[in-house]
Amino acid sequence: MSHVVQLEDIHKTYESGEVPVLAVQGVTLTITGGEFVAIMGASGSGKSTLMNLLGCLDRPTRGRYLLGGTDVSNLDRNELADLRNQKLGFIFQGFNLLSRTTALENVELPMLYGRRHFSTREIRERARQSLDIVGLSNRADHFPSQLSGGQQQRVAIARALINEPQILLADEPTGNLDSKTSVEIMGVFQKLNAQGITVVMVTHELDIAHYCKRNLIMRDGRLVSDTPVVDRLVATEQMQRIVTAETDAKLIA
Amino acid sequence: MRFINVIKVALRALRRSAMRSILTALGIIIGVAAVIAMVSIGNGAKSQVEASIASLGQNIISVFPGSAKTGGMYGGWGSASSLTVDEALTIRREISGIVAVSPEMRDRQQVLANGLNWNSSVNGEDVTYLDIRLWTIAEGEMFTEGDVNSAAKVCVIGQTVVAKLFPDGDPVGRSLRIRNLPFKIIGVLKAKGFNYFGSDQDDVVIIPYTSHIKRIARRPNLNSIIIQAESPDQMTRIQQDVTDLLQQRRNGRDPDFTVRNQQELAEAATATTKTMTVLLGAIAGVSLIVGGIGIMNIMLVSVTERTREIGIRLAVGAHGRDVLTQFLVEAIILSVMGGTLGILLGVGSSQLISRLNGWPVLISTSAIFGAVAFSAAIGVFFGFYPARKAAQLDPIEALRYE
Repeated sequence: MSHVVQLEDIHKTYESGEVPVLAVQGVTLTITGGEFVAIMGASGSGKSTLMNLLGCLDRPTRGRYLLGGTDVSNLDRNELADLRNQKLGFIFQGFNLLSRTTALENVELPMLYGRRHFSTREIRERARQSLDIVGLSNRADHFPSQLSGGQQQRVAIARALINEPQILLADEPTGNLDSKTSVEIMGVFQKLNAQGITVVMVTHELDIAHYCKRNLIMRDGRLVSDTPVVDRLVATEQMQRIVTAETDAKLIA
Repeated sequence: MRFINVIKVALRALRRSAMRSILTALGIIIGVAAVIAMVSIGNGAKSQVEASIASLGQNIISVFPGSAKTGGMYGGWGSASSLTVDEALTIRREISGIVAVSPEMRDRQQVLANGLNWNSSVNGEDVTYLDIRLWTIAEGEMFTEGDVNSAAKVCVIGQTVVAKLFPDGDPVGRSLRIRNLPFKIIGVLKAKGFNYFGSDQDDVVIIPYTSHIKRIARRPNLNSIIIQAESPDQMTRIQQDVTDLLQQRRNGRDPDFTVRNQQELAEAATATTKTMTVLLGAIAGVSLIVGGIGIMNIMLVSVTERTREIGIRLAVGAHGRDVLTQFLVEAIILSVMGGTLGILLGVGSSQLISRLNGWPVLISTSAIFGAVAFSAAIGVFFGFYPARKAAQLDPIEALRYE
């Protein structure tokens, strides 16, 4: 498998305050195609900063970042925007959907900003396919406010998928969700990963990290642990278990 | 992003806060409406003044006698008796670019007819007088060159004189008496109304100037000489030529005449209304600028409110330019919509003002186009700063904004 992401001694220092903040201090990391990585760490460990760097939302102060083999460490604002549009898919903790805009239109958004112009019909069709992948085609015309948290996050995943990115980046995708919905969302990621999409996510929940294939732990801006997940959880099985538990609870009650 | 999508997004954003959009546009609506209404009223007043000036005749230069000095005391303009028929004829003969010259004698006389009497202005004129004054005969005809040469006792009369002396109408062919001399009425003038200075132009009896000199005034000196130039651009030159010619004939004596150009009068009269129009337009323009600032204010609020939205758009690949265009288009839509509604309101209100007050209102297309162009420019100008602010947002910061 090819290297999708290569970080070489990446540093990120924020100079805005009186004391420079060394958010990321020399991270070297390779992620190959088809991997499913969880980055963990306490708050302030630099995991979100690393995520922003991976997501081309920010530029490293020092070091080299190869995305799909091309060096993206020194690209300008617009070039980074094009990379985000074409090669990366984003999923946020807070979903970040446009309110008062239907699920379908939210999913269309990245295609509207693509450098290639598609016809309105083509865009609509691709958005529907994308919603179909996350199992929400029947909610296409709903507004975010009419959707549950899990459904909103699935719309966000559909939006991330529409331009067929090389890599999905999720920043605490289950942070705002209850445990059952979290499992549901992890199920979607596992399904996408099984189809060959590389997924990198940040989480601070250990059990969520267990759905991934590889766990990284950060502390003080450095990677301190890099281990494959041995007893990996499978979302479909866990879902089954939760449903059974719920039924049992009802029976007892 | 395709432009059609940009417009769609902008319209949706404006509709989302419809009330706010309307109130914001209201500033522009009122501004544009005020500009159009004010300029229309000003133009209407100007055209009215111009029309009344034009009714005096076109391209007219008048020569008046100067002031007489009796024992060290000066009389006013016209008190001297210095202009002669001979001078009038010389002007016509020697100066080029002149269409017509009419020596003029004026007198107020008691006019009798039909057992009635009326004090009217009896004017001695040349046959060309009516052409110079753009006046026409309603009934009968004007006296002829032959009548002038023979100092005939004929006259044409104005509508006021008809009303006072011939209440039953049909005066042509009958006669009236001036200074006990019978004058045959050969024509009746069309009504001309009051002139710019407020005097009744129809209260007049016009006779050949020769008849006036010989039979009525019994003096050789003219009240004025009216000269009509071929075109407006020759007026200054002719005015100078006339001055030179008359001065020459006076052999170095002080000039006892004055040459006036009708254009000067017209310019003085329209200058006032023009100043008024500019003033009114400028005040209305200020309200337009205030409206523009309203747009800027609301766009700034909108950018702040939608920071997160901007962050999302940037995160999924929008360029700064896309965001800039979006907000700019929103501002332009607001201001152009305001401009369009403002035109309707402006045209409507100026019609209403003209209806209610009976003022002439001249809606100028240039004011309309100007107002639309200006409101679009306001959209760009006042929309640019907020739009640029939005475009320069950092995507990470914007996404974190609560």
